[in-house]
Parts: sequence; structure tokens; C-alpha cells
Amino acid sequence: MTVQELPGAGASHRSTPPPAWRPRTDAAPLLPDPEPYRVLGTPAAEKLDPELMRRCYAELVRGRRYNAQATALTKQGRLAVYPSTVGQEACEIAAALVLEEQDWLFPSYRDTLAAVARGLDPVQALTLLRGDWHTGYDPREHRIAPLSTPLATQLPHAVGLAHAARLRGDDVVALALVGDGGTSEGDFHEALNFAAVWQAPVVFLVQNNGFAISVPLAKQTAAPTLAHKAVGYGMPGRLVDGNDIAAVHEVLSEAVRRARAGGGPTLIEAVTYRIEAHTNADDATRYRGDAEVEAWKAHDPVQLLERELTARGMLDEAGIQEAKDAAEVMAATLRERMNAEPVLDPMDLFENVYAEQTGRLREQAEMLRAELDAEEQS
Amino acid sequence: MTTVAVKPATMAQALGRAMRDAMAQDPTVHVMGEDVGTLGGVFRITDGLAKEFGEDRCTDTPLAEAGILGAAVGMAMYGLRPVVEMQFDAFAYPAFEQLISHVAKMRNRTRGAMPLPITIRVPYGGGIGGVEHHSDSSEAYYVATPGLHVVTPATVEDAYGLLRASIASDDPVVFLEPKRLYWSKAQWNPETPAAVPGIGKALVRRTGTSATLITYGPSLPVCLEAAEAAREEGWDLEVVDLRSLVPFDEDTVVASVRRTGRAVVVHEANGFGGPGAELVARIQEKCFHHLEAPVLRVTGFDIPYPPPMLEKHHLPGVDRILDTVARLQWEN
Repeated sequence: MTVQELPGAGASHRSTPPPAWRPRTDAAPLLPDPEPYRVLGTPAAEKLDPELMRRCYAELVRGRRYNAQATALTKQGRLAVYPSTVGQEACEIAAALVLEEQDWLFPSYRDTLAAVARGLDPVQALTLLRGDWHTGYDPREHRIAPLSTPLATQLPHAVGLAHAARLRGDDVVALALVGDGGTSEGDFHEALNFAAVWQAPVVFLVQNNGFAISVPLAKQTAAPTLAHKAVGYGMPGRLVDGNDIAAVHEVLSEAVRRARAGGGPTLIEAVTYRIEAHTNADDATRYRGDAEVEAWKAHDPVQLLERELTARGMLDEAGIQEAKDAAEVMAATLRERMNAEPVLDPMDLFENVYAEQTGRLREQAEMLRAELDAEEQS
Repeated sequence: MTTVAVKPATMAQALGRAMRDAMAQDPTVHVMGEDVGTLGGVFRITDGLAKEFGEDRCTDTPLAEAGILGAAVGMAMYGLRPVVEMQFDAFAYPAFEQLISHVAKMRNRTRGAMPLPITIRVPYGGGIGGVEHHSDSSEAYYVATPGLHVVTPATVEDAYGLLRASIASDDPVVFLEPKRLYWSKAQWNPETPAAVPGIGKALVRRTGTSATLITYGPSLPVCLEAAEAAREEGWDLEVVDLRSLVPFDEDTVVASVRRTGRAVVVHEANGFGGPGAELVARIQEKCFHHLEAPVLRVTGFDIPYPPPMLEKHHLPGVDRILDTVARLQWEN
């Protein structure tokens, strides 16, 4: 029997879909525009808010200096590792600036700068990377989740927190940061699916910086863009130039506003580039050429904004110098504070494993105490 | 005078009642998982909760264990007390990264600033004729992870009491439910549930003098049956129910083994690297001079869980326990 001969086969059968099947929405409004959204260097820049942009500029300059200082600290052995965000500062700063005080930021290990721009003490933000403790701050105090080292696992946390806040009737939005590599993880999928089904007030910002350590985006995904993935979950996908802070800020603000108003989650892909290596342990020359890096340097987020603001008379030499000076003060303070040896108590190892220490941990703590006492006496 | 009838209740009913009472008492308790709402769970443990407390408090989630537990982490970060159901033991494995990298470590990595009061209910173990991936005894994975409490009830009273204690705990608890005991019954009054010890306390379920059987969860009734049968052989066996694998009540175990001088650890999980290996190590460290024989184990074989038609050969039964007890007459 051929397919055509099967009972019910043929055109008449196909014209009647099974009863439960219907598409839920028109997918078109969910799809990203084909080109990343840009503001700087386009007519849209005429509507820029001078005060906000001057703040963005000062933060960008400070962020660039912060990246340089943190990288220098790895060379001096003060940090075990530092994943640089040089070239990505616009995403980091915009993510911090669009949030209200009560909102939550869910950073990945690369997003120290976003945490600092949100107001976290830079030394507390670097505690993980220095190696004196895993998280150097109280997440509830700053509404910044611990920097997540496993990829994309912080995304379902952001969904759960946003969902819980909404259940309690609180006006809270969660913004979760993830890299292009992180979008391949199962937790990325599960988080986006939960967020859309629950209509949770959460915004996902993918910083597509071109590489997951050494693997380029083309080997990471076959999707047209990472923003296109949104349509499969039933949420809007937005594509934005990640080096254009005015554009990132606008797209993020719109998504945060929408989430706050009960409109549900948004997936935003910011197209940017990691100018430096993955970390100090990485040799980026093995997987990419200088020409590519140089081309992206010509699209530098700090320069893009500086050019626009000076051309429009929103920023002058004095303003540029002021931003630089403030950044130098931050760097000098950070350097000085990071040069102080952290004082650690080995007995802390047994604290905060459980609310109440178990008998087993008490025994092990006593063993270490005895070892430490013996060391002291010898 | 009104008397509340003491009716036979199943372990399944006691577990459901524990969640219901916790939810009624504390508005931050939220139950979530696949099928826990409208259906009441595939084992009907959560039956009626969605109706009584609404879908926001007893939530049918998408089918995604990492997502369920990951979302629960975020909810706990915001001050809720999520109780998540993993439906079957082997279905929990996709959630292991969340469990191990975040749930178990959040208190520690934030130096106490962010404890996670999450209860993870995992129906576990075999003996119900389940097909592949429905009968694993996965407790070794959990007990090997610092930061988690791991408890498992073996009686109807404990099902209620331990689950209430787990939900009230400020630390994450892996709550292992011996699914083959779901339908075991006991005289139990849900209006005045007897106070049972909480997390971290073992109980001597049967006193004896010849040897101690140390067990937990689904193997408790088997051990009690074996102890009865052993009387005919002239053995008077003590049976210790651990109830809590982490923390482990060393005092109760050590006191019992020092009294009897002989011990057998019984569990369904694979023997190699199983919880019994740790227990035996601790017993020989603490009871060496009191022991009359090597400490032995009766465990599941070191094989992937067998197909249902062969599982009776794999699971520790009365005969295997008695044969092992016979080997405690050590003479060389």
C-alpha cells in the first residue's frame, strides 16, 4: 500500500488539521530585525538624552580603565584570572544602568564590570577572581547574584527570582547576562522556556562577543542570529549593536519596561567583540587574526560615543579629561587596595556549609585547628 | 467528648498532608514540578494542593528538571521555600548541575548570606516493577555532595515528620521517598501527628543483642522481617533506621554496634562506593575493639538497575540478610 492509498490520505485529509492544532501567535512581531539596531551615527542620535549619555560616557571610560587595571593585576599575580570585557563595556554599563534599585542582576563570570557599574565595591567584585572567597558580597544587599562560573546556570535563577517577586506583588525585574557560548547550554533553553510560559519579568542579554574561548559563533549555532531563538519560546527577540551604548541602553530599557508592565520576557542579542583573550591563560592568536581584531577596534564603544557626543556638542575636552581623571582615581584606589594581602582564617573552611555544623565537620575542624596550632609552635 | 478517629493512612497520604500543613502554616512554601498540580503527581502525593492553594502555590512546570530546580533556586533567593518534585529517581539527573554547583554551595559561596531552603523530593528505589530509569537508588551521589542534607523516611510517621522538618530547614534537603513504601499503611492521626525526631537522628526500631542491622528507607521493613525470622536461628537482632544519611547519626550507630559487637549494613543502592562503604568505615574506626566479626554489607549488586522481571534477585531480601548474619559467627 502506498501513502496515497492509506485511508484518510490525500488533499481532503490535509485540509482538515487535527482538532488540537493551531499556531498560538503570529511569529512576525517576535522576530528580530535583520540588522542590529544602531543609534550612534544615525539620525536616531538626534534624540539622545545629554545627561544620560554623559553618564554613559563617564562609565565607559571608567570601565575601560577598570579592565586595564584588572588585567594588570593578573600580570602582577594579584588576581588568579580576569576575563576581560574590553570592547564589551557598552553592554556591561548599559545592563547596570537600566535597572532600578530593587531590580536584580544575574551576571556570569565575565560580568564583573556590570556588577561594579551597578555600584558594587570593585574589591568585593574581584574576590572570586582573586581567590580569597567565592563571592565577596551579600547578593541581597546589592541585588546582584553571585558571578556564575558554570555557563547559563544563572539564567533559571533569574527566572525563578523574577517569578517569585511577581507572585509577591513586588515591582522587580531580573536582568540575566550570558555569552554566545552559553546559549548552547541546556539551562539557556530551560530558562527561556520557563520565562515565557510563566511570563516572568526577566530580560536575557546575550553578549555575542564572537568566541566561546576559541570556538567562533559559526561553530556554536546554526541559527540565523541568537536573537532568532526567541521566537521558538514565544518571546520577542531583539538584535542590537553591542558597541553602541545608546542602542543597547534603549533596547534594554524597552525590554525592562515591558517586563515591569507585565509583558513578559525578552531575549536580546548584543553583537560585540572580545578585543582581548578569553583570560590571561588563553592565546587568542591561535584562533583569530589581527585584521579582525583591528577592524573591531575601529568600532570601539568608547570612541563611538565620544565622537557622537563631541560632534553634537554634548561633550568637550574638559568633559573627556574629567572622565579620564575620575577613572585614574578609581584605578589607583583599586591598585592600592588590591595590593593589600587579604587576611584569611583557615577555620572559615568549615563555616557556612550548613546552618548548623555537622559532627563530621566539627571533627575535621578540630583536626585542622590542631595542625595550625602545631605549625604555630614549630 | 469527641475523639478523632485514628485511621490507617498510607505514606503517600502522610507526605501530601505534610506539604498541605506546611503550605497552610507558611505562605512562602511553594510546591512545584511536572504533573504536581491538576494530576496531583504521578503518585498522587500532591493531590488536592493546587485546588486548595491555587496554581501559584502548587505549580505544574514545564518538563525540565534543571529548569525546575534552577527556578527554585531563584525563588529561594527571593525568600520562598520551594518544594520541588523530581517525579522519579533517574529523572533528577538533568538537574544535577543545578543541585551540585548551586543548590549545595550557595550558602557556602556567599558566606552564609544566601541560604537556600529548598526541599527536593525524589521518589527512589526499586521493587515496584518499574521499567528502566524508574528504580535507581541514587543516594550515593547526594551524600557525596557537601552542603546537602539527605533524608529518607521508612514509616508513615516519619514521612510526615521528616518532610515537615525538611521544609522548615534553612538548608537544602534531598528528600528521598522510598516509592515502594508509598502504599504501606499505619495507624496515624493526621490531626495530632506524633512528634518524631527531625533531621540527623537515627532510631533503634527493634532492640536486640546478637548483632545490629543498620539500614534506611525501603530496606527497613525487610530488615525488620529478617530480624523476626532470625529469632528461629537464635539471633536477636537490633535494627537501626538511619532516617538521615547527611548528617549521619554516628552516636546511635556506634552505641548499638558497641552493644552487640556485630553489624551488617543493608541498602538497595550498589555496594561499591555506596553509603554502606562509608558506614562500615566509620564503624570500624569507632568500634574496632568492640567488634567480634568484620562489618558486612548486604546491598544491591554493582550493576545498572536490572529489568523488573529480575529485580527480585538484585534487591536485598530476607534470605540474603540472614545468610550474611550467619557469616558473623567469625572464627579464625
